[in-house]
Amino acid sequence: MNVPNERKLTIARAMAEAVQQEMQIDPSVFVMGEDIGALGGVYGNTRGLLEEFGSERIRDTPISETAFIGAAVGAAQDGMRPVVELMFVDFFGVCFDAIYNLMAKNIYFSGGNVKVPMVLMTSTGGGYSDGGQHSQCLYGTFAHLPGMKVVCPSNAYDAKGLMTAAMRDDSPVVYMYHKSLQGMGWLATEPGATVHTPEESYTLEIGKAKVAREGSDVTIVSVGLGVHHALKAAEQLEADGVNAEVIDLVSLVPLDRDTIRASVAKTGRLIVVDEDYMSYGVSGEVIASVTEHDISVLKAAPKRVAYPDVPIPYARVMEQFCLPNPDKIVAAFKDMKAA
Amino acid sequence: MAPTRDEQHWMYRNMVTSRKFEETIAGIYFEGKTPVFSMADGPIPGEMHLSDGQEPVAVGVCAHLNPEDVVTATHRPHHQAIAKGVDLDKMAAEIFGKATGLSGGRGGHMHLFDADVNFACSGIIAQGMGPAVGAALSRKMQKKPGVGVAFVGEGAVNQGGWHEAMNLAATWKLPFVCVIEDNDWGISVSKGDSTAISNNADRAAAYGIPGVRVKDNDPYAIYEAAGEAIARARAGEGPSLIEVETYRLAGHFMGDAEGYRPEGEKDALFEKDPIPKMRAKMLADGIASEAELEAIEAESAARVEAAIKFARDSADPAPEDALTSVFA
Repeated sequence: MNVPNERKLTIARAMAEAVQQEMQIDPSVFVMGEDIGALGGVYGNTRGLLEEFGSERIRDTPISETAFIGAAVGAAQDGMRPVVELMFVDFFGVCFDAIYNLMAKNIYFSGGNVKVPMVLMTSTGGGYSDGGQHSQCLYGTFAHLPGMKVVCPSNAYDAKGLMTAAMRDDSPVVYMYHKSLQGMGWLATEPGATVHTPEESYTLEIGKAKVAREGSDVTIVSVGLGVHHALKAAEQLEADGVNAEVIDLVSLVPLDRDTIRASVAKTGRLIVVDEDYMSYGVSGEVIASVTEHDISVLKAAPKRVAYPDVPIPYARVMEQFCLPNPDKIVAAFKDMKAA
Repeated sequence: MAPTRDEQHWMYRNMVTSRKFEETIAGIYFEGKTPVFSMADGPIPGEMHLSDGQEPVAVGVCAHLNPEDVVTATHRPHHQAIAKGVDLDKMAAEIFGKATGLSGGRGGHMHLFDADVNFACSGIIAQGMGPAVGAALSRKMQKKPGVGVAFVGEGAVNQGGWHEAMNLAATWKLPFVCVIEDNDWGISVSKGDSTAISNNADRAAAYGIPGVRVKDNDPYAIYEAAGEAIARARAGEGPSLIEVETYRLAGHFMGDAEGYRPEGEKDALFEKDPIPKMRAKMLADGIASEAELEAIEAESAARVEAAIKFARDSADPAPEDALTSVFA
């Protein structure tokens, strides 16, 4: 199908364009992080910005996440709108104090007298044998702790709108982008993430899920790369005469429980797909959102297709064994029907 | 550079106010906590870290600061908050956990935020470094006046985040000053048992910036060192490091039996109490008369009394307000 004036961007390009356009109209926006200047970000999401805005506002940092994330909190409280990059979400281990004890809590501790308008963007996801310190998602870790909004785009349109919304938010937003959706030359990208993205600036409401595919027989809820797995599973199920609805959470905090509940009330069946660790995480939270609200809508016990509770292995066959994929989702549905 | 007469009066007034505040808090703290000590009980629950003895650091530095300058402080913040001009009524009310407190009771004594005078403190060692450096960055980028000052304890220099922030401030030549309050004790572990060098100002060399150590908890010497560092920051010449030898006249927290202190140490420290020392010097130098000093002391006491009364008389927050102000 040909779309007139179609303008397909990768998520990396969409993120960079959102930052660029916001920096053009708001002098308080600036970017800090490792290799975000001349390199344009390891994931390309600041490419071209140094040339336009210079090294004062596109600020390469030393490898000092505690210092520059803490500094972003101070700058945000002082009227700036910093966008900082934590290169891999796995690196949160060296700087989580600045994130969850300062960034996430200072609005509350101040009784709302202080604002912390900052964006912490960070890459997630594995599947390319980068080992267990460069492949995690940690969605549940960030979403669990109060005080941070958490968003996770599955495509470039959402990526741009979410980034602009995040930069305009007076609260801290953790912006988690999946490496396999990013559109980098060095890593295969899910083609479904590269979609039409308007040139003009726009925002996407944080805290609002999307129905990525309408259906009536089962609800598959996911986020980021998992949405694409879910859409592919839905196609496979369609061949078997099953009509699956796919919910793209888009935001983990606030979580759009109403959209999840409305869908499951319609379909009666729920599968949650999460590339983060299974236990104590997003998948359990989504299921609880339904069951503690109205368990009677369920025709079958909910299913989870999530990463098992093990560190992420290096060997390709081992990692692929652990990761969610469309076949596992289809199998989960068949198990559900058989039960 | 010596403090003017007015500055000395201001410094003495704030030292006395701070001490009076701490003594009053200490008196109230054990209400409801006897005969069995339970931190959870009484009008002021939770941990309480008093700053008795450390007042010279706060006033010697804050004498050079304006409301627009940004200060971050520690878990032991009252003297710095008072010297920075934090609203004393609201501060007392916050410590009592009242609706009229700075944060409506959400923060408590380790999380005092007063945006009007750009003051904040936090409860984890070296944590204020990043935000103060970030405020300095913000001022530099916005070309707005103001410096960032982080007060930390001597224990903070053994935290990795302290070094990261010092390097960042120095690399970017930010208007930032780090003031180390060396009271010689990280809770119960002495500086000598935890720190490889005795003079933490020497660490400034690692970042190519000036470092000064001030001895004997002397408010005049602190004033001079801070004046140079802050002037340097305001002139765009980059950050500085100051370590002050100060004294913790109280325990780490209220209820601390301080069995780890060598015998006689506390008595010797009280002999060197900086408030009577400054009082005597002001009299000897003809900077203040006995009557003026007594007036300052009476006014300070009245101010503290009024703040405590405001706190006691204020209503508790509505419990369900705990669920608000998570986001802006």
